[in-house]
Amino acid sequence: MQAKPFSQNDSDSSLSSASWWHVLCLPEALLDFSRSPPTHIVALMLTIEIEGLRRLLGILSSRGYLLLGPTIRDGAIVFDAIRSVEDLPSGWTDLQAPASYKLQKRDDGALFGFAIGPVTWKKFLFPPRVRLLAAQRDGKGFTIVAEQHAENEARPPMAFIGIRSCELRALGLHDRIFMDGEGSDPTFRALRESTFIVAVECLQPGGTCFCASMGTGPAVEEGFDLALTEMTSGGSHTFIVRAGSGRGEEVLRELGGRETANDEAARRATALECAREDMGRTVAADRSWLAMAFEHPEWDEVAKRCLACANCTMVCPTCFCSTVEDSTDLSGEKAERWRRWDSCFTADFTRVAGGNIRPTTRSRYRQWLMHKFSYWVDQFGAAGCVGCGRCITWCPAGIDITEELSALRAPVIHSPRSAS
Amino acid sequence: MALKKPKLAVFKFASCDGCQLSLLDAEEDLLAVAGAVEIAYFPEATRRSLRGPYDIGLVEGSITTPHDVERIRHVRKQCRVLITIGACATAGGIQALRNWKDVKDYVRLVYASAEAISTLDRSMPVGSYVHVDYELRGCPINKLQLLEVLNAFLNRRKPNIPAHSVCMECKLRGNVCVMVARDTPCLGPVTHAGCGAICPSYTRGCYGCYGPMENPNTASLASHLSGIGESAEDIMLAFRSFNAYAESFRKESDAHEE
Repeated sequence: MQAKPFSQNDSDSSLSSASWWHVLCLPEALLDFSRSPPTHIVALMLTIEIEGLRRLLGILSSRGYLLLGPTIRDGAIVFDAIRSVEDLPSGWTDLQAPASYKLQKRDDGALFGFAIGPVTWKKFLFPPRVRLLAAQRDGKGFTIVAEQHAENEARPPMAFIGIRSCELRALGLHDRIFMDGEGSDPTFRALRESTFIVAVECLQPGGTCFCASMGTGPAVEEGFDLALTEMTSGGSHTFIVRAGSGRGEEVLRELGGRETANDEAARRATALECAREDMGRTVAADRSWLAMAFEHPEWDEVAKRCLACANCTMVCPTCFCSTVEDSTDLSGEKAERWRRWDSCFTADFTRVAGGNIRPTTRSRYRQWLMHKFSYWVDQFGAAGCVGCGRCITWCPAGIDITEELSALRAPVIHSPRSAS
Repeated sequence: MALKKPKLAVFKFASCDGCQLSLLDAEEDLLAVAGAVEIAYFPEATRRSLRGPYDIGLVEGSITTPHDVERIRHVRKQCRVLITIGACATAGGIQALRNWKDVKDYVRLVYASAEAISTLDRSMPVGSYVHVDYELRGCPINKLQLLEVLNAFLNRRKPNIPAHSVCMECKLRGNVCVMVARDTPCLGPVTHAGCGAICPSYTRGCYGCYGPMENPNTASLASHLSGIGESAEDIMLAFRSFNAYAESFRKESDAHEE
């Protein structure tokens, strides 16, 4: 598979693929969401109908991609293997609130008429368990008999169908951490480089969504191969398809479609504007004060409700913390080293010789929220939250990170101390 | 190997035998275990018994009689490493439900001659009487975890037995949360991992078989359970099962007793 996230031989490009990655990696590129898409991307845009979408999935399958997209399982729309348009959640939407997610029928046959489910692309590019190495005892030492990347070569490339703008932004954050440099990860890189992305714009934000105030959606602006906008108004059911990369354009040319009419483009813009207005939650843009809220009494309040169960970190599309476990066979002749998803909410995560540096739920919740909205900015130049709202919906205690941010901003009123 | 194999002993106290059975249930791994250790004392498996001391002692069951107290102290002296296995040995088991009642009432009800019965007021975990080196949770324990603990002790490494919530196992499996999506009561957020989230994988709530996780916030979960329509009695009963006498579950169940 010669596929790359962005084509090397895009003849219309004034930038090479490598410098495209560089553009993605610049903090300001992530922070300035008002700018127009990069100029080297040919704005090929066509309109298709459901039949066209069916053919698109067929083209991707015939190119060897394993299709992953939204599908209904166990009472939720999850991101998992799909075979065709029939597997998509046609005519379903999701109602989301703190600690509550329910499916509901909608009166049109929209295929992407929901916000987001509990499962994102994360488990496919950053798998919950990865074997890092296998070793064999060799006298007093050992020999490494298998390395991490060896297991990725046999996997088919994946096509992500229907991922949202917030999820793409989260993917961009992972790219910056795992593609190159110190944190470079062979598993992520191998899987990521071959992945084809068909993003879908979010016209029905959920009750816990706040991408508009994080500047991460709902419009799909970059980091995709193809972007779809599903239009179900006016008795027709169409998709505007835009190409965002050389290989996306190649697939779109093969797919074909009719030229997108001006009024369709205008309807798309209106629908996106409505979606922006329709967000269930908002957060204030200025969060520079947060670092000063380190001893705010709200941390004690939230710790009373926080279960430290780690659900928020498991469903978060940007959380990538892991632990490493060494195992042996009974004889001690063979050993393996595995990486497994971990969470800043577990005790083992911060257990060091001599004790635990974050022994309480208070300190762990604070670390998590502060990392998302404060430390991450220092580390990576952008917030570690993309406003998808999963942590709010899937928290069994219904803790709302946007409400916590508001509460943390409230001035601390010190009770008058009694004279002793 | 020229080195002598470590001697393994398996002891039973008040219990159903299910946990020690999980060692025999190890199937293809059983021969490897028998190859790695000398099974010196294991009455459920073999009538051959070797005298102590033992290198590793696995203890199943809770301490419920004065005789148990004497015996567990003797067992402790015989074992270099003492590992308790299962909810009975680590929390007092389902039989600890009697700890809320007067045991004499049961004795009178069940036995023809009550004076022949010598029992303690309460069913208690092994750790309340002797020092325990490692506790493996579950009702019953997970046989793969038992093998992992034996393996880790034999190879002198830390066992990979996480003490976090069942929720993490659920998410690692890709399950949809039954509480958020279906309003099904679930003890997963306060329960110790280890089973691999079996019940939620079949869209049922967690029953808390592995007892409290490392830092359980049972009060917050109880408040949510109440919010999805569970009565105080339901909540009391949810926390009062196989691990009823584990401290945090005990206190939470008491808080909902009317």
